[in-house]
Amino acid sequence: MAVSGFSSSGDRPDPDALLRAAAQEGRGRLKIFLGAAPGVGKTFEMLSEGAARRRDGVDTVVAVVETHGRAETEALTRGQEIVPRRAVPYEGRTLHEMDLDAVLARAPRLALVDELAHTNAPGSRHPKRYQDVEELLAAGIDVYSTINIQHVESLNDVVASFTRVRVRETVPDRILEMAEIEVVDIPPDELIERLKAGKVYLPQEATRALGHFFSKSNLSALRELALRRAAQAVDAQILDHVRGLGVGGTWAGGERIVVAVSEQPGADGLVRAAKRVADALRAPWTAIFIETPRTQHFGDAEHARVAATMTLATQLGGAVATVPAANVVAGIQAYLTDARATQLVVGKSNRSRWFEWRHGSVVDRLVRETPGVTVHVLPNEAQPLPAARRRPVGREGWGSPVGYAISLAAVAAVTALATALFHILELGNVALLYLLPVMAAASLYNLRTGLFAGVASSLAYNFFFLPPTGTLTVSDPENIVSIFVLLGVAIATSQLTARVRSQADLAAASARTNAALAGFLHQLSATNDPAEAARLICQDVGRLFDAQVVLLAAGPGGGLAVQAATRPDYRLDTMDMAAATWALDTGTSAGRGSGTLTASDWLFQPLRAGTRTLAVLGIAAEGAGDPVRADRLPLLAGLIDQASLVLERLRLESEMRDVEAVRTRDRLRAALLSSVSHDLRTPLTAVIAAADELGHGDTPQLAATIKAEAARLNRFVANLLDMARVEAGALKLAVEPVDLSDAVAGAAHDARRSLEGHAVRLDVPPDLPLVRADPQLLHHCLLNLLDNAGRYGDPGTEIVVEGRHHYGEMRLSVLDQGPGLPPGREGEVFETFRRFEGSDRAIGGTGLGLAIVKAFAEAMGMAVTAANRPDGEGAAFTLTFPAALIVREPAQEKLT
Amino acid sequence: MPATVLIVDDDAAIRRLLRNTLARAGYAVVEAVNGAGAIAEANASHPDAILLDLGLPDRDGLGLIPLLQREHGVLLVVSAREATDEKVAALDLGADDYVTKPFDTEELLARLRVALRHRAPAAPAATVTRGDLAIDFDRRLVTRGGEEVHLTRKEYDVLAVLARHIGRVVTHDRMIAAAWSGDEDPRIEYLRIVVRNLRQKIEAPAPVGSVIANELGVGYRLRADA
Repeated sequence: MAVSGFSSSGDRPDPDALLRAAAQEGRGRLKIFLGAAPGVGKTFEMLSEGAARRRDGVDTVVAVVETHGRAETEALTRGQEIVPRRAVPYEGRTLHEMDLDAVLARAPRLALVDELAHTNAPGSRHPKRYQDVEELLAAGIDVYSTINIQHVESLNDVVASFTRVRVRETVPDRILEMAEIEVVDIPPDELIERLKAGKVYLPQEATRALGHFFSKSNLSALRELALRRAAQAVDAQILDHVRGLGVGGTWAGGERIVVAVSEQPGADGLVRAAKRVADALRAPWTAIFIETPRTQHFGDAEHARVAATMTLATQLGGAVATVPAANVVAGIQAYLTDARATQLVVGKSNRSRWFEWRHGSVVDRLVRETPGVTVHVLPNEAQPLPAARRRPVGREGWGSPVGYAISLAAVAAVTALATALFHILELGNVALLYLLPVMAAASLYNLRTGLFAGVASSLAYNFFFLPPTGTLTVSDPENIVSIFVLLGVAIATSQLTARVRSQADLAAASARTNAALAGFLHQLSATNDPAEAARLICQDVGRLFDAQVVLLAAGPGGGLAVQAATRPDYRLDTMDMAAATWALDTGTSAGRGSGTLTASDWLFQPLRAGTRTLAVLGIAAEGAGDPVRADRLPLLAGLIDQASLVLERLRLESEMRDVEAVRTRDRLRAALLSSVSHDLRTPLTAVIAAADELGHGDTPQLAATIKAEAARLNRFVANLLDMARVEAGALKLAVEPVDLSDAVAGAAHDARRSLEGHAVRLDVPPDLPLVRADPQLLHHCLLNLLDNAGRYGDPGTEIVVEGRHHYGEMRLSVLDQGPGLPPGREGEVFETFRRFEGSDRAIGGTGLGLAIVKAFAEAMGMAVTAANRPDGEGAAFTLTFPAALIVREPAQEKLT
Repeated sequence: MPATVLIVDDDAAIRRLLRNTLARAGYAVVEAVNGAGAIAEANASHPDAILLDLGLPDRDGLGLIPLLQREHGVLLVVSAREATDEKVAALDLGADDYVTKPFDTEELLARLRVALRHRAPAAPAATVTRGDLAIDFDRRLVTRGGEEVHLTRKEYDVLAVLARHIGRVVTHDRMIAAAWSGDEDPRIEYLRIVVRNLRQKIEAPAPVGSVIANELGVGYRLRADA
């Protein structure tokens, strides 16, 4: 055994152990009463301990207990609180199952649940009682339960091997691994006594085999198994504890176990064996299946067996992988190297001696050619299924008739050629010529076409060239060899070609999968839209698995809502929705092919990020059958991981955007408040002061002040309303042809009060073309630009409005003479509430005007820019009308 | 006997302001605070002019325009509503003019005067004069300071329709109907350019808009004598 030695962990706590401890927080604890056989008194023991806890004041209920009418057991249930069972009608009978919801609703501290391995009636939430127990534990309820050793999944084979009784109801080992185990033990002799005294309840169907089962040797062996299993559980718990504390310790480290499974029956035993080896070594393990050209010819039965084996491996806590390779040995070796595996478990093949002689024994080659890896070879107990292994007639069938016709034509052509050249060719070389059509037919078509060409060639060769020519008789034995050579070549060529072809097909299939994965990621990471991402996920998963797919997430109302689906006519009934909800709530898979709510046609897989379940992916086969073959589950898991990452990224991005939007809104609100208080209060103060003075002062002067300040207020309110309209997205455009000379004159007229003290020159030639604009919005733009120029232009200076036709565009500029704009920050003037430092002077600027200019101009399809004048001190604001906004000159006759 | 003006507005401060302004200008004033009151008051006092606010508590003012106007003199809309389509609608429904709140009281009185002057003209005037500008409808002759101004046919048609409604807004549609009545595809850009040419002939060297005012998005107005 190639154990890589013992390694010290150092003093750091093992993260896995800590995780397991963390998972325990808030969960209920499980205690299992483990017995070697029925009748050892597990139920009795459990009830006594439950009663004791109840006396200690622990809130305890009996969730389900089978007393089988035994008086002493029944006595113990008296005085206990019993949750009534749920009646389930099934095939004319009524079954009484544990009422899981009632127990959850009752929420005791401790629940007693008998017979952990029990299988629930069809239609229950979970097929198995141990899953009910898991749900109780998840709800924080402690559970006491019972089990016999032969129901433990990994020991199932072992028990069956010496008792010859195989039970179908098994409990995964992971359940035992998280439990405290108490072995209920009585000596075999005593148990046999109790059996004879009729104190042991046995199921009706089991009585036949019981004479053998309850033999003393069997009971001793079972007892030993139970004790060993309990000891192993204690070991594991101590180890977890030690690792969690980071206390130094030694254990076998670095072991990795790989079990190679085939499509043959008996592979499940191999997987269980691997699980036992892994448990003993406390090493991770993986079940692999090697996909070779041969697997392409598998029928449904083989695929189903491989799938079942892989599913079992996942249930037993192993990882699974499908490895494409040219042959089994190469595939196993490649995987062992990649995974740095140290131990390999394989089954001894049931193939015939003949097969092994031809192909070489896989096991022999593995043992010889994988140095550094311990190989465990287990005998295969199950009988092989010879019928299923026959190569089905598919692509290797008769082939197309065209192939035969062409082959025949080629043979005829060679015959004609050989006849023409016969005088210079030897007879042997003629035979060589006939190889050509044979090889061509065998490589281009298939074996049968090749054989056909071989036979045709032999006949032609024989008839036309072999003496005596003109007959099919052969005189020279040497020539008989030639005929066999022709046929042999046909067979050899076609087999070689077929193998190359299947390998190429396999490689192509693998490349397709990889390309699909890469394409999936590429498209997904490019999208920023959650709806689009959901659609892509469904579409790609559906395509890769040839299945129906839906993506569900929690809707705004709290329930599940479909985000996307491959087909609009998807059907999700109550059972399906229950499974989807389960997957979302618990973050574990549910539905068909999982362990929960298996009556659903859909398999629901959670898309998780950390502890949060973002969405649930539902997948259903197009016809009947399982949604996903077990050997493709790793691919699905990979896709789901990638999809989860993308969804999480989108969620975070959207959260960031929301935060940013709120921040912007807050900033805007603060700026608005300060602006409103400043700009409303200044004119109001002036109005109030002027009104006070009216009684005893210079009346016309004060009246003028009131009027001017009120006008200023009116402008400000107009700007606020405009801005509110822009922010609300309620800007309605009424675009019509506008004469700019008219528009500028009108704006200058209305802005005359702001422009007082400035000389205003309107330089807009009357022959400029008309432009398309909303006259009101354009008027407000010009008013604000003029207002701004009047405010920031130095007193007494000239303000110029200049209209120019410039390379197909129209430009309208407002130029002032003043301090201008801070260099490099000219564009910032258009930001809402932007006033440069030092510019917040007595001249009240709203900080809104230029932002409105920009918003209105852009709404009308114009651009607006701010710059310092190139020809001197001052700012230049320019509205640019692109060619699309310029109106063509109307025909002259329309105007006269 | 002074002309009577009916004020229809639900705001007491605006009513008081209008009452004082109108009284100072020598008008008799009656008031109503809603649509129903307006109809009752119009039937009772037969006002010469009505100042109508569109935002009334009981009904929309636009619907009142035809009811109030039919036999009760001129109607001016006085409203805070700015949307150009509402202005056009009010004018199309028969309102004589439109004044936007907040308004200049002098401007309001001038508009009211113009409207009343045009009420019940015994016969359409043969000529209209404005400053040095004179339009003779019979002879289709326009003179400026006695000199004939050469106008194209469209220019004359546009000026004529404005002159017939001097001091009041004429909507784009009415102007286009007056000058391009036979045209299959009349366009507002024709009107813009004709007005621009017309202005060069009758306004220069005064600033653009000093004679023909542009009512943004609604129409044009030939300004009455200052």
